[in-house]
Amino acid sequence: MKKLWRFRGGVKLPGFKTLSNSASIRQSLIPGVVTIPLRQHIGETAEPVVKVGDHVYKGQLIATSGNFISAPVHASTSGSVIAIDKHTVPHKSGIAEVCVVIETDGADQWHPDIEPCTHPNNLSADELRTRIREAGIVGLGGAVFPSAAKLKPTRPIDTLVINGVECEPYITCDDVLMRSRPEDIIRGILLLRRLVDPAECIIAVEDNKPEAIKALNDAIKKLKIAGVGSVNTIHVVAIPTVYPAGSEKQLIKVLTGKEVPQQGLPYEVGIVCLNVGTTAATYDAIYDGKPLVSRLVSITGPQIKHPANYNVLLGTPVAHLLEDAGVRHVDDTKLIMGGPMMGHDLPHAQVPVVKATNCILAEKAAPLENIASMPCIRCGACATACPIGLLPQQLYWHSRGKDFDKLEHYNLPDCIECGCCAVVCPSHIPLVHYFRYAKTEKAAHELKLKLADQARLRTQEREARLERVKKEQEERKARRKAARLKKKAATANQHNADGAESAAKVST
Amino acid sequence: MAVLILTILALVFGGILGFVAIRFRVEGDPIVEKIDSILPQTQCGQCGYPGCRPYAQAIADDEAEINQCPPGGDAGVQALADLLGSEPIPLNPENGEADDGLPMVAVIDEETCIGCTKCVQVCPVDAIVGAAKHKHNVLDAYCTGCELCLPPLCPVEDCIVMRAVEPSIKSWKWPNPEAVDEGQAA
Amino acid sequence: MRTVMYALVPGIIIYVLLFGWGILVNILLASLSALVFELVMLVVRKRPIRRYLFDGSALVTAILLSLALPPMLPWWIPVTGSFFAIVVAKHLYGGLGYNVFNPAMASYAILLVSFPRELSLWSVPLELLAQPLNFIEILTYSFFNTLPELLTFDAITAATALDHLRTEISLGTNIEEIRRAPVFGFVAGTGMEWVNAVFLLGGVWLIYKKIITWHIPVAMLASIAAISGVCFMINAEIYASPILHLLSGASILGAFFIATDPVTASTTPLGRLIYGCAIGLLTFSIRAWGGYPDGVAFAVLLIGLTVPLLDHYTAPKVYGARTRHGDG
Repeated sequence: MKKLWRFRGGVKLPGFKTLSNSASIRQSLIPGVVTIPLRQHIGETAEPVVKVGDHVYKGQLIATSGNFISAPVHASTSGSVIAIDKHTVPHKSGIAEVCVVIETDGADQWHPDIEPCTHPNNLSADELRTRIREAGIVGLGGAVFPSAAKLKPTRPIDTLVINGVECEPYITCDDVLMRSRPEDIIRGILLLRRLVDPAECIIAVEDNKPEAIKALNDAIKKLKIAGVGSVNTIHVVAIPTVYPAGSEKQLIKVLTGKEVPQQGLPYEVGIVCLNVGTTAATYDAIYDGKPLVSRLVSITGPQIKHPANYNVLLGTPVAHLLEDAGVRHVDDTKLIMGGPMMGHDLPHAQVPVVKATNCILAEKAAPLENIASMPCIRCGACATACPIGLLPQQLYWHSRGKDFDKLEHYNLPDCIECGCCAVVCPSHIPLVHYFRYAKTEKAAHELKLKLADQARLRTQEREARLERVKKEQEERKARRKAARLKKKAATANQHNADGAESAAKVST
Repeated sequence: MAVLILTILALVFGGILGFVAIRFRVEGDPIVEKIDSILPQTQCGQCGYPGCRPYAQAIADDEAEINQCPPGGDAGVQALADLLGSEPIPLNPENGEADDGLPMVAVIDEETCIGCTKCVQVCPVDAIVGAAKHKHNVLDAYCTGCELCLPPLCPVEDCIVMRAVEPSIKSWKWPNPEAVDEGQAA
Repeated sequence: MRTVMYALVPGIIIYVLLFGWGILVNILLASLSALVFELVMLVVRKRPIRRYLFDGSALVTAILLSLALPPMLPWWIPVTGSFFAIVVAKHLYGGLGYNVFNPAMASYAILLVSFPRELSLWSVPLELLAQPLNFIEILTYSFFNTLPELLTFDAITAATALDHLRTEISLGTNIEEIRRAPVFGFVAGTGMEWVNAVFLLGGVWLIYKKIITWHIPVAMLASIAAISGVCFMINAEIYASPILHLLSGASILGAFFIATDPVTASTTPLGRLIYGCAIGLLTFSIRAWGGYPDGVAFAVLLIGLTVPLLDHYTAPKVYGARTRHGDG
């Protein structure tokens, strides 16, 4: 029995998992048009390598980047590129970013060069990493960090953690994935093992998913019997169901007792953590040669008629999915990408599904009176619930006052925006909204200071340059004047000398 | 006796203070640096001084009020008041409006530009590049929005204008939740 | 807020049964005037009225204030008390959530210092009275300052148990003898010991309902018990027993209902323990060596001033930080 630690704070939330966790995955129909954003990951936006009018196959590379922290983007189905321009992406701001728009031909034809790899164990670690990067694989738990960059640690790794926790209410795509493809996940882990060489591999699953735990354990047993020896290092660990146990920082604390240093990354304490979805995508990329072009999305919520998990092509409009699943009272519905705690409101349903979309949640748009909050009564429930050990109360006061020094002192950057504080607040203060506001205000303020420093420097340099130019001009003037005087004096002397000579000549 | 003791104490402490004032004297005026670090470095001249540094010097010399800087806004006045220990006063409206909208940068229409270099020379942060009789270009990253390059300096109509910088997802700011709440409570 | 009021109700019922209607009259006067003052202040400060008027905070303040005051009072004392509590201590400091001092206690302190005579005349328990006053008679006293014929004010009021204790100790009487006075019951003041016992049940229920946490009540009562126990063991002649201290005066009410006011108390678990402890120690000190018979109100107000300091130094360690306070 593995020893487990507890993280401070956290809240027990109702799961609402049964709405969508029946094991059968529904296939989403191919939409008429897919809109694929060129930045679905953390890091540099990818540059398009196709142009309007090109025919593309499913899995064809459509954008790439040379930057280490970036990921390529592939066509999720076959068709022709009809536009490369700005479209609304799933973000609360409703701001548009560059997307490749493909009109689908319905054939869903894979690129002819894509073929399975029969002996992935013959590939070197570097080759594996390259293929993972080229497949456009990013963290599918929602953070979308380019996985290839994570799989090149600069220090020895003790533990590879596979995150199957899925602690947020309503979301069940990881649960369903673990139940339907456990063997692929285990094989994916064995590949990843070779890249980070850990002492142990742990698949963490919350104890509210007993079927998933059983499926994974059965798969491990099956592979062991089949003679895959290294599978001995993989263990499935059930962890207590508390939100946010699936948050990377909290999960690491629960499994190993270690804490990731502030503003640091897990590899600094010898851990690499990846989502189960990412692992399955790795299997697809290496064994089948297929880049990341689709993912499981939970379509769920009280306003959905047939909540379920769908296998969705990236770039599918959310509206298309909602048609499939059926929405009650469309006008009274609020759409969220993600879960009820950490999800972001969608501006409308015409946004595409991206690599980060683990769930589309359709909730009732709450009536305005219910949202209004009371003043903070300093009860401290938020501080008790915060899994990071912050003081949300202090952060709240200083967010309102835009006191950036104090916000830094109270560690605002460490806030993971999990929402535990807002859930327990008796005054219903939208704390996470305040912290998000404060973070962007702080970033804008710091940018302003940086630009001001830059402007100051340039002004000083310009003034120095003008001084220098003026000085040089004066020196040149002075030199010319001196030269002129000298010449004048020399000519005068010459005249005198000539005069003396002629006088001398005359006298003799 | 008491008088004697107090006199001796006064002399001793006076001596220490005098010694320290001479021995640890700081050359220059560090307060000017501190004031300058608060000012927004737009170098626009709306305060009446040719740049932020001269204005900072004027404040330190008590020749100017702290409320002359529109780009700094009320937040800037407050910060200066806190630094100098004085009372914050409302922004002087004669100098212009505080800009709380989107940041603006200058943009040159290359078709209309005649290459006179007037704007190149006037820009306080060297954000405009261009040689004589060649098209000029504003480097967005350096432009502070001071507007010194606009007509009447630029002799051509509709050649150089200010344009708002649209927020990207990276620079987008979440709205103030209080404003949302007040709007609902009202 | 409503749960807090429910928790107080059993205690109030016992209070009325054992001491008469006076306390209920005060509660009604204080509550009504508190709501009126709250309404006026909300209008003046342009705050949304429905949301704030019925949140229960003004009522809780009024009830706690009334419980701190003696039952037989002229009507203008509860009303003035409400004024100080709601207008001065609460709204002039910023309203709900912004007040620095506990409004009920701040108001009580102001009243105590301004009207010492009225506030030191507490009711004699009904069982000791030959002829208890009925509701109408109490109202008449409250508004018209007249008592029924043949009844003097002195006959129906007396010092509290703690007050009596203090006076007698300063006169040199030892505890044994003092305890035999009729104002003392089984373990503490006659009647009041039952009221406090029922408040204790209400307080425990509040903890069960997770309205308050256990830290402050346990810390405060434990520290009162500890220091009074130590003093009792040193010299039982002049220091009363811990049980007496726990069940007398406002110890229980203070521990569960007053010191736990979230706006003015410490917010971190460790901070709360220290806060409760300090209030307990200061309460006992004022009782034993200070100038007032009961020190809860002043202790709460004074220790409340140290709360920002407590909160700063007892902040929890942030995940991943090297030291308790990070870089700050």
